[in-house]
Amino acid sequence: MGEMTNRTTAVLGEGQTGFATTKFDALLGWARKYSLFQFPFVTACCGMEHMATAGSRYDIERFGAGAPRFSPRQSDLLWVVGTITQKQAPPLRRIYEQMTDPKYVIAFGTCASCGGFYDNYTTVPGIDKIIPVDVFIPGCPPRPEAVLDGLMLLMEKIQNGDREPAVLPAKELPPLVQLRAKQQSA
Amino acid sequence: MSQKVLARLKARFGEAILAAESFRGDDEALVAPDNWLAAARYLRDDAECAMNHFIDLTIVDYPEREPATPRFDVLLFVRSLGKNHRVRLKTRVRDGEGVDTLTGLWEGANWTEREAYDMFGVKFLGHPDLRRILMYEEFVGYPLRKDYPIGKTQPLIPYREVAPSKLAPFGADEGQPYGRIDWLARMAGRNLQVSPAIGVQQGQRPALSVDTEDLAQPRKPNGN
Repeated sequence: MGEMTNRTTAVLGEGQTGFATTKFDALLGWARKYSLFQFPFVTACCGMEHMATAGSRYDIERFGAGAPRFSPRQSDLLWVVGTITQKQAPPLRRIYEQMTDPKYVIAFGTCASCGGFYDNYTTVPGIDKIIPVDVFIPGCPPRPEAVLDGLMLLMEKIQNGDREPAVLPAKELPPLVQLRAKQQSA
Repeated sequence: MSQKVLARLKARFGEAILAAESFRGDDEALVAPDNWLAAARYLRDDAECAMNHFIDLTIVDYPEREPATPRFDVLLFVRSLGKNHRVRLKTRVRDGEGVDTLTGLWEGANWTEREAYDMFGVKFLGHPDLRRILMYEEFVGYPLRKDYPIGKTQPLIPYREVAPSKLAPFGADEGQPYGRIDWLARMAGRNLQVSPAIGVQQGQRPALSVDTEDLAQPRKPNGN
């Protein structure tokens, strides 16, 4: 079976056919989003927040994504947690290629998403230069709440069959930005 | 302090100690490259110096002082745990020259010399395993030399083509202060809300005001 391309589960109009496939995709998306097997590719300090998210207080197990598989062949969700150096880029892509289809990637934190403050000879400026990414979670590091939000965003995308890269939006803008916006509107 | 150590070095090596200075408890001797190993051995073995603790070995690059003075300072930091003193030994080498390895004196010098070689390209003569330690073998040049281009990267695998509209608009708006900030645009009065993280690096993203508006929208609730 190929990759899902239908982006919605919209009700078909009169005279249209193929509703069974659409329903099947919805069922498949529902099943997939609640049984994510994650491969943690943890390289840096963001790992602490990843552990906190997996711990009892935030408990990522509630979303069915709690079981880490330490073989990429058994996993379908790749968490890239932390800075990826140029030296690590080939292993990262090899691990991605070994994962089972359909595979999803979350860029955890600023370094994995865009290189962070490492604007130099040694760091990959965002893992989307190496592998496709489904969800970017900003933060240095992101709080566990943001991580869970990012996971829920990914689940929503899986349900909808949406493979476009998405950035987890900020819940609210930082105070300085709010202030500036207020000054500009005044 | 350890000015006594400097005095002993001067008494032992004479003219080979090119300079010695003490500043607020830090004592430093500049030795001729030919006497680098001998001076280090003396520091370790002399009963009054007794430097049994190798702290670090590193290099500083001063390209602007060539050709009058060699560009690299090789620095050795050692301490005596028994005598409670410490000293900094320094020598100067030109590009392409090497200094003797200290791995025969302190085992710990092995990896620090490899790191110094990796970052600056100064060879350590007689080192048992002088390879790159941090960078990959394919890397060309020495990244901590001041004449290494500051924006130059050498990816091991070619980058994917990524449409700019799909890039993460990271920067000040992500709620942390470490975004890549487009200072030039900021000084020009543009892009005040966010810093075009990836776009700056790719040189193809002029403004992010649209993304800022997107960020201000509340996320739609989970629709299942």
